[in-house]
Amino acid sequence: MSADTAIRVLGVEKAFQGLPVLRGVDLDVPTGSILALLGSNGAGKTTLVRILSTLLMADAGTAEILGFDVAASAREVRESISLTGQFAAVDDLLSGRENLMLVARLRHQKNPDAVADDLLARFGLTDAGRRRASTYSGGMRRRLDIAMSLIGDPPVVFLDEPTTGLDPEGRLEVWQTIRTLAGKGTTVLLTTQHLDEAEQLADRIAILHDGRIIRKGTLDELRALLPTASIEYVEKKPSLEDVFLAIVGPTD
Amino acid sequence: MTTNILADTGVLTGRSLRHILRSPDTIVTTVITPIALLLLFVYVLGGAIRTGSGGSYIDYLLPGILLITISSGIAYTAYRLFLDLKDGMVERLRSMPIARSSVLWAHVVTSLAANLFSVSIVIGVAIAMGFRTGASVAAWLAIAGIMVLVILALTWLAVIAGLTAKTVDGASAFSYPLIFLPFISSAFVPTESMPAPVAWFAENQPVTSIVNTLRALFAGRPVGGEAVIALGWLVGIAVVACTIATMIYRRKIG
Ligand SMILES: Nc1ncnc2c1ncn2[C@@H]1O[C@H](COP(=O)(O)OP(=O)(O)OP(=O)(O)O)[C@@H](O)[C@H]1O
Ligand SMILES: [Mg+2]
Repeated sequence: MSADTAIRVLGVEKAFQGLPVLRGVDLDVPTGSILALLGSNGAGKTTLVRILSTLLMADAGTAEILGFDVAASAREVRESISLTGQFAAVDDLLSGRENLMLVARLRHQKNPDAVADDLLARFGLTDAGRRRASTYSGGMRRRLDIAMSLIGDPPVVFLDEPTTGLDPEGRLEVWQTIRTLAGKGTTVLLTTQHLDEAEQLADRIAILHDGRIIRKGTLDELRALLPTASIEYVEKKPSLEDVFLAIVGPTD
Repeated sequence: MTTNILADTGVLTGRSLRHILRSPDTIVTTVITPIALLLLFVYVLGGAIRTGSGGSYIDYLLPGILLITISSGIAYTAYRLFLDLKDGMVERLRSMPIARSSVLWAHVVTSLAANLFSVSIVIGVAIAMGFRTGASVAAWLAIAGIMVLVILALTWLAVIAGLTAKTVDGASAFSYPLIFLPFISSAFVPTESMPAPVAWFAENQPVTSIVNTLRALFAGRPVGGEAVIALGWLVGIAVVACTIATMIYRRKIG
């Protein structure tokens, strides 16, 4: 409701062909924070993100982005957000640079060339920038996809499973990007199926299950729900990721 | 909002024109069938066809061939739109603050450019094969205007096909009947030579009035009442198809 709540969801419901997917979702995301939306396959994460990014109408309930109602003020909402969908939406026939220029032009950036070059550099795509996106690896496509979403510095960013299909290094790069975004005051809502991703990135975690947010809170608050012993055991054990990175070397 | 529509449509048109430049085969496959038909009908079958119009058969034939060119060209609009929907490009654009209808209009403007180009190639080939016209500058402008209308009308039909298709093949298959429609019209042979029910259909379907109008313009003859019928068909199809396509688009994308 106040200025420090960027995303506000109240009683949102959605059914497909009579089959309820969201059954009253309530969620608040403070401005400048990262919220991880956890849920298993088919829980409705993508459905919620699509409602919040004006692609889908809710059957009931309200959702506001920076105070703008997603249904009534779709245009203002679109000015405030960016969406990186679950499946990379890049133009295969264009080069990475042209993809970025396309979005930069549509977002009325003053200098699309500079915007594109800057993002290519930030996402480690400078060398591949002039190649067609169809020749990119899955990770490169994903990075390009995210880079396209960041053009115009929208204050609220939705990332639907941003690291799915990335190798551990690619994941770390994306995580770093997300942290930098939040550091600049951007509000991030990301969905994930990986608990460690939520653990690493999120200020707050919400668990979507059976069409509702069944748990939400900080990591510590959620940890408090589990017996302490098992947590310490998990924390002391090196993860598979640590092992992989130790073998392939540091990222930069 | 209106300035946005123009600017956004411009940017998106630039994108899909680039697609065409990068896959010039789409132009080649568009013009290959019409050119093959020209060769077949002029050099193989044409000698046996009596049009009763006095001029050479290629002069009689070209207007119908131009319609076939456009009918096969617009299939690519359905195809490209279908891919944009499938690849999530439309969703990406829809979540951005751009004019809604610019996505469809960009495909339509691109189709206009690509098909005018294909039509020019086919006219060039026809001239090389002996096509001659006594059309004045005004008549040429009228011909270009009719071509634009035909492209717009058929492209909006293609947009409907692209929006509703379930598969890539389905997206382009709708154009086959359009390609065959000229065969049951005055495009290749005079309708008087057909059995009565077929002749009735041929005389009352849009292709005949459009072809006859184009033929008159190319020959430097005055166009008759058929021009009004042709324009009525074209504007009618364009407006209805555009309205339906826009409705489907809005409903589909929520
Ligand atoms: N357009 C649609 N039509 C019919 N059913 C749909 C549609 N979109 C989603 N669903 C259904 O809604 C449910 C939730 O889907 P959703 O994509 O939101 O889940 P998700 O949490 O994102 O899953 P995943 O982790 O697999 O991406 C699924 O059962 C899905 O089949
Ligand atoms: Mg999903």
